[in-house]
Order: sequence, then structure tokens, then C-alpha cells
Amino acid sequence: MKKIPVTKIVAIGIGAALFFFLGRFVAIPSPVPNTNISIQYGLLAALAAIFGPVVGILAGLIGHFFIDFSFGWGVWWSWVIASAVFGLICGCATRSLKINEGEFGPKGLVIFNGGQMLAHAIAWIVVAPVLDILMYAEPANKVFLQGVVSAIVNIVTTAIVGTILCIAYSKAIPKTGSLKEED
Amino acid sequence: MTNLFNYIERKSAIHNLTGATKLVCLMLWSFAAMGTYDTRYLAVLALISMGLFKLGHIHIKDVSFMLGFTLVFLVLNTILVYLFSPQHGTEIYGTTTYLFGLEGYYAPTAEQLFYHLNYWLKYFATLPIILLFVCTTNPSEFAASLNRIGISYSVAYAVALALRYIPDVQHQYYEISKASQARGVEMSKKESLVRRLKAASAILVPLILTSMSRIETVSNAMELRGFGKNKKRTWYMARPFKIWDYLAMIGCGILLIITLFLNHVNGGRFYNPFI
Repeated sequence: MKKIPVTKIVAIGIGAALFFFLGRFVAIPSPVPNTNISIQYGLLAALAAIFGPVVGILAGLIGHFFIDFSFGWGVWWSWVIASAVFGLICGCATRSLKINEGEFGPKGLVIFNGGQMLAHAIAWIVVAPVLDILMYAEPANKVFLQGVVSAIVNIVTTAIVGTILCIAYSKAIPKTGSLKEED
Repeated sequence: MTNLFNYIERKSAIHNLTGATKLVCLMLWSFAAMGTYDTRYLAVLALISMGLFKLGHIHIKDVSFMLGFTLVFLVLNTILVYLFSPQHGTEIYGTTTYLFGLEGYYAPTAEQLFYHLNYWLKYFATLPIILLFVCTTNPSEFAASLNRIGISYSVAYAVALALRYIPDVQHQYYEISKASQARGVEMSKKESLVRRLKAASAILVPLILTSMSRIETVSNAMELRGFGKNKKRTWYMARPFKIWDYLAMIGCGILLIITLFLNHVNGGRFYNPFI
């Protein structure tokens, strides 16, 4: 197995802690029952964009596992895996971004949001319902409807929260080559 | 504010089991409880799990915050299920028995109430075990046990880090949130949804930025100590298996087998007393 750099390991750990905390305590109830507006996906998308797909997968997996775990409803592996898939796709789609170097312009905005939309669509409309049907034998129309609703809600949330986070983070780091030698 | 992942150090039979054993048992137990809707079996599981809770020397007041939270959630969920599909029990059990002489879509049926009873039992069968796992498993030992069941140690270490930093993140969030509220950021239901999201982001930004600098500090510290240099890693918290570890795992394995057996006998996940 390829070695994961130390920074990424720490990013996974602290990222999962943040993901857990946001998902567990900062849930904003939505008008639709049983679904919270999950701002943690905004965070996960930003983390995946900054640190790459490996951090995305594992932070999503560990964070979501602990959320399910601490809520006490048993672990819904299908949704946990969907979170990991979301992190993976987000990380892969945003590979060309260099937020770490302080760059996040209009082009980055488009790539980031395109990536997160694709990732949410695949995670919640394909992965989660299919796994639900395979693992828990749930009625298809119900899980697909759930999937579509959560995909839409999550896309909007991530577009707001994730984008703000990326902009804030990129602004906090000095751009490469932003320092000039004095004449 | 109680910390969720506070490990409670006490002397008990449950504490003495290794983290790996508890993890395996927890998984087997969750699958056993998730896999069935057999009322009798769920009741037995709930009783056993409460017994184990006593055995682990964990008191109700240790976990009251989380218990309260889950109970509120459970009550809300029950009400919502009833509002949205009052006929769910009828669909599952295939019969309709109206109670109290009422009829109609929202009239209570014996099947629906029975379904809710099962739903609650399911929680009572799993919740004590999860709380027990959380309270009796030392986070560091948990990570060590992940490594033991074959997960790469960097990933196991990331899990340990996550467990370690959850209380810190929590603490930090409340500090930032109080500071923002003092400056007039409104996050309660009085605001519109979009503005609440924006307010949440206003708290998130400082939280994430401090976390980013923390990632840097921690990873520098780890790098300086040579983390990830060797193929293997020993765990300070790792403990050898004892006879009770094997017994506990076998016991939970049997519970899962009983679930599978019951599903076979009942011809499905549901135990149906209505036919």
C-alpha cells in the first residue's frame, strides 16, 4: 500500500472530527422530516479539494461512521459508504485546483461546484439507494426519492458553505509569488 | 455540556476486554439487532444489553445527556413516522385491526402500534451496547485494535486522531459560536434558512482556519518524531487476547446466528402475531 503523507493522516483525523461534530451537533433542521441540512458536506468538499481524494474518502467514512454511531441508530453502512464516495469524487474532480497555494478564482469556483454537484448526484442518487436496496431490501421508489431530495439539499448547502470555506481558506494563505523584492 | 466520547475509566469485566473484541462484538451485535424485527428476540436483546450496561459499571447519569438526546430524537421520529405513514404497520403485517372503535387513515391500528413497539425495542436493544462501547473503550486502544484487525496503521492513527480531536473541536465551536452571537450572528429558527446557512458559515470559517493551522502543527510534531517511517508500529495501548475475549466474540456470534435462524423461521425480518 502506498504511504499516506503525515499531513494527510492528520487532515483525515481532524477532518473526520470536524465532520462528525458538524453532522452531529450543528444540524439545521429542514422542512422535510428526517433530513437535516448537513453542512458537514460543505466541509468535506472543501477538505477533499484542499487535501485530495484520499482525505475525502477516509474523513467521510470515519466521520459519518461516528455520527451514526453516536446517534445510536446503528450504522447505516449504505449512507456511510455514500459519504466516502462523495469525498472520493470531490477530491478527484477538484485535482486541478491549487487552493493550498492560495488560488481560488472564478475558474476554481466553477470546478469546485461542478465537482461537488457530480459527487452529490452520484453518492445520493446512485450509490446510497442502490446499497439500501441491496442491503436492507427497501422499496425502490422510496429510497430514490429520498436520494434525489438529499442530493438537491446537499448540493445547495455545499455550494454555499463549501464555497465560502474555500474562498476563506485560499485568502488566508499567501499566494505563491505574492512577495516582491523591493527595488 | 458533556463530552460525547468521554471514556470512563472504571474497573469492570467489560473494561477488561480488549478494544478489538469490543469492536467485533459491537458489529456482530448491531447486525444481529438490525437484522431482525422479531419482538421477542429484540426484547431479550434489550434486556441483555441493559444487563451488560450494569456489568460495565456505567451509570445512567454518566450518559444522561446522550440518552436524553436520543430519546427526544426517538419520540420525534415516532411522531413523524405516524404522521407520514399511519398505515405502515398494516402494510408490513398485512392485516388491519382498528382500535378504540375509530376508523380512517389516521385511526390507530394494532399493527401500527406494534410496529412502533418494535421500533422502540430496536433502539433499546442497540443503544446501551453503543453507549457501553463508547464509555468503556479507551480511544487510543480502539485505534490500536483497528490496526490489529488488519487496517493499516496510518488509517488507525487517523481514527485515533479523530477521536482525540472531537472534544477539542466541540469546545472550539462553542467558543466561536458564543463570540459570534455576542456580535449579533443569529442562528436560531427566527432567521430564514439561507441566512442561517450563512451564519453557520460565519462560525465555520474561523473553526476551519484554526483547524487547518492545527493540522499543520500536529503533522509537524508527528513528522519530527518520525511517524510513518517504519512498516509496523507498536501500540502502547494494545493488549493480548484473553479467554473472555474469545468467549465474548463467540457469544455475539451466536446472537447473530440466532437472528439469521429467526429470519428463516419467521420467513422474513418481521415476527407477525396478527395471522
